[in-house]
Amino acid sequence: MGSKRAAMIFLAPALLAIGVFFVIPVFAAFLLSFTDFDIYSLGNFQYVRFIGVKNYSQLLGDPLFWKALKNTLYFLVAGGPLSVVVSLAAALLVQSRVVRFKGLFRTAYFAPVVTTLVAVAVVWRFVYHPRFGMLNYALSLLGVSPIDWLGDPHWAMPAIILMAVWKNFGYNMIIFIAGLQNIPEELYEAASIDGAGKVQQFTTITLPMLAPTTLFISIITMIGYFQLFAEPYVMTQGGPLNSTLSIVLLMYQQGFRWWNMGYSAALAFVLFAFILAGSLLQSRLQKRLGTS
Amino acid sequence: MKKLGVILLYAMLILVAGITLAPLFWMVSASFMPAGQSSTFPPPFLPRQFTLEHYASLFTRLNLARYLFNSAFLALSVTGISLVINSMAGYAFAKYRFRGRDPLFKLLIASMVIPAQVTMLPLFLMLNKMGVINTYVGVIIPGMASIFGIFLIRQFALSIPDSLIEAARMDGASDFRIYRSLILPLCKPVLITLSIFTFMGTWNDFLWPLIVMTDDSMYTLPVALANLSLEHVQDTELMMAGSVMTILPVLLLFVVLQKYYISGIMTSGLKE
Repeated sequence: MGSKRAAMIFLAPALLAIGVFFVIPVFAAFLLSFTDFDIYSLGNFQYVRFIGVKNYSQLLGDPLFWKALKNTLYFLVAGGPLSVVVSLAAALLVQSRVVRFKGLFRTAYFAPVVTTLVAVAVVWRFVYHPRFGMLNYALSLLGVSPIDWLGDPHWAMPAIILMAVWKNFGYNMIIFIAGLQNIPEELYEAASIDGAGKVQQFTTITLPMLAPTTLFISIITMIGYFQLFAEPYVMTQGGPLNSTLSIVLLMYQQGFRWWNMGYSAALAFVLFAFILAGSLLQSRLQKRLGTS
Repeated sequence: MKKLGVILLYAMLILVAGITLAPLFWMVSASFMPAGQSSTFPPPFLPRQFTLEHYASLFTRLNLARYLFNSAFLALSVTGISLVINSMAGYAFAKYRFRGRDPLFKLLIASMVIPAQVTMLPLFLMLNKMGVINTYVGVIIPGMASIFGIFLIRQFALSIPDSLIEAARMDGASDFRIYRSLILPLCKPVLITLSIFTFMGTWNDFLWPLIVMTDDSMYTLPVALANLSLEHVQDTELMMAGSVMTILPVLLLFVVLQKYYISGIMTSGLKE
């Protein structure tokens, strides 16, 4: 089929763009992470020196790095499963056989996904306002005393998690709906002839059939959550007391505010290592699910 | 008993819809309140007086028209450019045979695991040397080609029968003509899906334009809004109007084209 020359012409722009503006920067970032590139080097590249693994060893001794890592893991370990559970529940609700106006509910649940993260973060900052926020007002009707959501180091991360789940559960819900639609109807019919109740059908058919989907969603959610940035940037600037400082926020501050680009590149590779580990875990588990 | 279950189901559905929509509804509502009204107790859900002053000041006191233009121009440029580049590459991967095709494609897919943040530092230095920091070009460059886009189009193009392409070739159509007059029209659904993804992704993007755009006049809406919201902490209603202006275009786009958007997520989610 077709000439090789034509294929090359069709591919050239994409490969050139990806090669120059993606592949080369990845390798350059790796090299950068072994240098002391800082604000002086920015003016003149001659000041750059290779310093071996010093950035990485410095990282391990930096309490701010550990804090950011801990916060990021907190965010994804608490937020990831919460998002998966909420989106599965929403998918089951919307796909329930008796429900009409499915499309309407689906659109409503999905709306936060398409909104601009920065803009909704601005909105949620006011939703969380300790005195005039909607959330505390709603809670006060239930007799809960006001919480300083974004001002209290214990509550700031849960507040960001809540908002992140609100923002992205609709996306996962859609993937769950696709998974639900792929379960053959006959399985349920056979089960109900055998006298299986709704709950039993759910645990013996729906959940096992959704296992690959659930795994996929869990991993992509966690990978996405690992890149937490705009929420703390807009809502807390990483505070209070660095309780919402994330890896990417720290990377941004080190790299683009203080111009410690060598150090920042090392942080980027820590981020990469975690995401790579998550992806490998996913493909490993998916293979196991596929063979069993 | 059954009826009770249905009522309960609907109650749950409506409650969840209420929770997802309340912040958005409140944003719109507060944007119409006179300054300071949202900061009264109990917090009003609807404006007691209706005003458009905040929208007016976004355009007069602040530079909103400029941010809107920047965002729209960048989102449209990235969408247009990447659509051409990705569709050519996706088609080539699907329908041409050449040495190293499959390993190359696999390599591209595997490299999707690398987060964009890794490339940002060298990319910034590179663009700085090229003198395109604080320009539109600086934001457009990393969005010109996307591996995900190539993947999406390749998967779709695979389903086009070879016989169709062969027939066109017999009729003497050139490679480019086949791509332009046969493949592109056939790929329309996936091209629409990818356009929405790209447009929204660029419109909503924050970190990269935050890094590249250093002058206020070059800010995109999210960057401008983030900046303003840190300066105007007290001006709740003004910030809500700004948020509405940022969200509304993409929300409308989604509502109009949601069929393509949702099907795109479903296919990309299941193919993995």
